[in-house]
Amino acid sequence: MNLREAGLGFLRVLGGPEANVKIVVTVKLVPEPSSEKKIDSGTKRLVRTGVETVINPYDEYAIEAALALKEKLGGDTTVTVFAMGPENTKETLRKALAMGADDAVFLSDAGLEGSDVWGTASALALGLKKVGFDLVICGGLSDDGSSGAVPGELTEYLGVPGITNARSLDVVDGKVHAQRETDNGYQVVSGPLPALVSVTMAIGEPRYASLKGIMGAKKKTIAPLAIADLASPLALGSAGAKTRLLDFAPPAPRQKAQVVDAPDGATGAKIIFDFLKEKRLV
Amino acid sequence: MNFDLNDDQKAIQALAREFAQAEVKPRAEQMDRDEAFPYDLVAKMTELGFMGLPFPEKYGGAGADTVSYALTVMEIARADASTAITMAAHVSLGATPFYLFGTEEQKQKYLVPLAAGKMLWGFGLTEPNAGSDAGNTQTRAQLRDGKWVINGTKAFITNSGTDLTGGTTITAATGKRADGKPEISNIIVPQNAPGFTRSKKYKKMGWRASDTRELAFVDCEVPEENLLGERGNGLKQFLQVLDGGRISVAALSIGLALGAYDEALAYAKERQAFGKPISKFQAIQFKLVDMLGEIEHAKLMILKAAWEKDNGRDFAQTASFAKLYAAEVSRRVVNEAVQIHGGYGFMDEYPVSRMYRDQKINEIGEGTNEVQRLVLARMMGL
Ligand SMILES: Cc1cc2nc3c(=O)[nH]c(=O)nc-3n(C[C@H](O)[C@H](O)[C@H](O)COP(=O)(O)OP(=O)(O)OC[C@H]3O[C@@H](n4cnc5c(N)ncnc54)[C@H](O)[C@@H]3O)c2cc1C
Repeated sequence: MNLREAGLGFLRVLGGPEANVKIVVTVKLVPEPSSEKKIDSGTKRLVRTGVETVINPYDEYAIEAALALKEKLGGDTTVTVFAMGPENTKETLRKALAMGADDAVFLSDAGLEGSDVWGTASALALGLKKVGFDLVICGGLSDDGSSGAVPGELTEYLGVPGITNARSLDVVDGKVHAQRETDNGYQVVSGPLPALVSVTMAIGEPRYASLKGIMGAKKKTIAPLAIADLASPLALGSAGAKTRLLDFAPPAPRQKAQVVDAPDGATGAKIIFDFLKEKRLV
Repeated sequence: MNFDLNDDQKAIQALAREFAQAEVKPRAEQMDRDEAFPYDLVAKMTELGFMGLPFPEKYGGAGADTVSYALTVMEIARADASTAITMAAHVSLGATPFYLFGTEEQKQKYLVPLAAGKMLWGFGLTEPNAGSDAGNTQTRAQLRDGKWVINGTKAFITNSGTDLTGGTTITAATGKRADGKPEISNIIVPQNAPGFTRSKKYKKMGWRASDTRELAFVDCEVPEENLLGERGNGLKQFLQVLDGGRISVAALSIGLALGAYDEALAYAKERQAFGKPISKFQAIQFKLVDMLGEIEHAKLMILKAAWEKDNGRDFAQTASFAKLYAAEVSRRVVNEAVQIHGGYGFMDEYPVSRMYRDQKINEIGEGTNEVQRLVLARMMGL
């Protein structure tokens, strides 16, 4: 049995108007992007202690997309944020609640430590099935792992239509409509709900959490979920990992800058231009 | 004893920092140059809930505490002092008197729209001939036929003439006390009261994007019900407002100092002299150490005053110490920040030159350094 077959009973039947779309946003909790990141040479994992944890910046765009959609659809549309991570990062989710999400689900279990990309997507998919959804919205990438593979894998394991790299998003008549960014323009794509969409930063700047949102976030729930709740047919965490990180290395040090010595600006500009041209950069 | 901020305080501080760095800081230089009041930033601060931050939710506020308020003012001042005073004067001086002394009806009429940022409000204590000596108020208000008839002038009143301003609450002599001294009361004067006019904005050395004007009252009439609090309690009420205001002005001073420190630190690491970054010279390191050290000391005292206020303690003395010390620290820090920048620090394009100008008012407004020392000496029983 594969994960895809592990029960599609979660699918909610959409009754007509979109006024009650259940939106779930997957959120990763990552070290503060500007902090200095260290990798434990023993476990080869990112050191998470002593570093401030924040919501993955790309996922803030997904939250924004969900909240904007909720505002547009109105009715009983809800936004749930769904995260998986170490227990001590749970409170980071309050920011999403302060931004306006209705509630949160936090999947945390020592047995999930050491998950590779497959394991992460598998656990998330099982969790999403448990939570139930009409529309899953993901950020395109995580700031720390940066595999960019999770939205695609989730689509597969959930067995729902997937639209990646959306720059705009709407739900009409039980269908999700999106503009997919491509290298030279965009495609207009649609698919029936339930579905998954990953968004780009073009979807719109994430809103600030207002003071009222912050004060109200305390009263919202962050429901816990553990490995036992997932009833996974396959081993997860490090035990089930299909890939192994063998080694890592810091990026090669930057080469010494070449300083242009020129008698005047025009000559200097010409030398720099020729250099860039030679490197095929202009 | 616990020095940790709670989750709300942390989240509010993070929000204020994110907002100030992303939206306020990039605008500060231009606003200062153009003396442009930041209407759009006020609108954004309104949306975020900053303009009614410490007031209860039932009056349209965000219901946050004084610690959160001080942290917010600090973060905004770190980006721009003009924007910070616009917010801080609105909250601490404009709206607070209604919260403290207003009847329920006055709270609904004034505090609710003020907390919601729909309207700004001024606080008019200072006069051309009564600043530190605020008890020497020359402005008179006489009760005639159910109306207060006001004559006099107020000087240097913040937020008194913007397009959003709804009015100003002023101190005025409403009679004589038994001991022969003037009886001073607080009167609410809406912008459209007949006989009330505002001057053009003053030309200022600092806080140039904030709105400061002179107010003139010539047979200005307002209804009798516009008395705020008890008749004769005006000075006492204003002094109580200023006690709380000191926490926010102190936060404003230290926010400015932090902003100058941020600039100086970045510049010291980047500027090369004698073949290395100037941050490698011990003389520069010592300056930066002293700057951050003093900022931290002042911050502790500000947060202590805020904590005392939140916990219903008598906070007046701590707030006054915090205001005095933070104002003086801000002077030393901006001075060294410019020094670390060398000649560039004297140039308009460098934020430290604006901060240097914005600093001086910290030692004058809401009680000069001298007046703080006077007040403190009195509190210490001297
Ligand atoms: C930009 C700006 C915004 C302002 N906003 C407001 C506002 O919104 N509302 C408001 O009511 N006011 C406002 N003020 C006024 C401010 O609070 C006063 O300027 C301040 O209190 C000092 O009063 P003063 O200017 O009359 O100085 P003065 O009182 O004339 O003082 C002159 C000097 O004498 C010293 N001095 C005075 N008395 C003594 C004493 N007994 N012992 C020792 N030294 C003494 C002072 O410390 C000072 O150094 C603002 C001022 C400015 C510049």
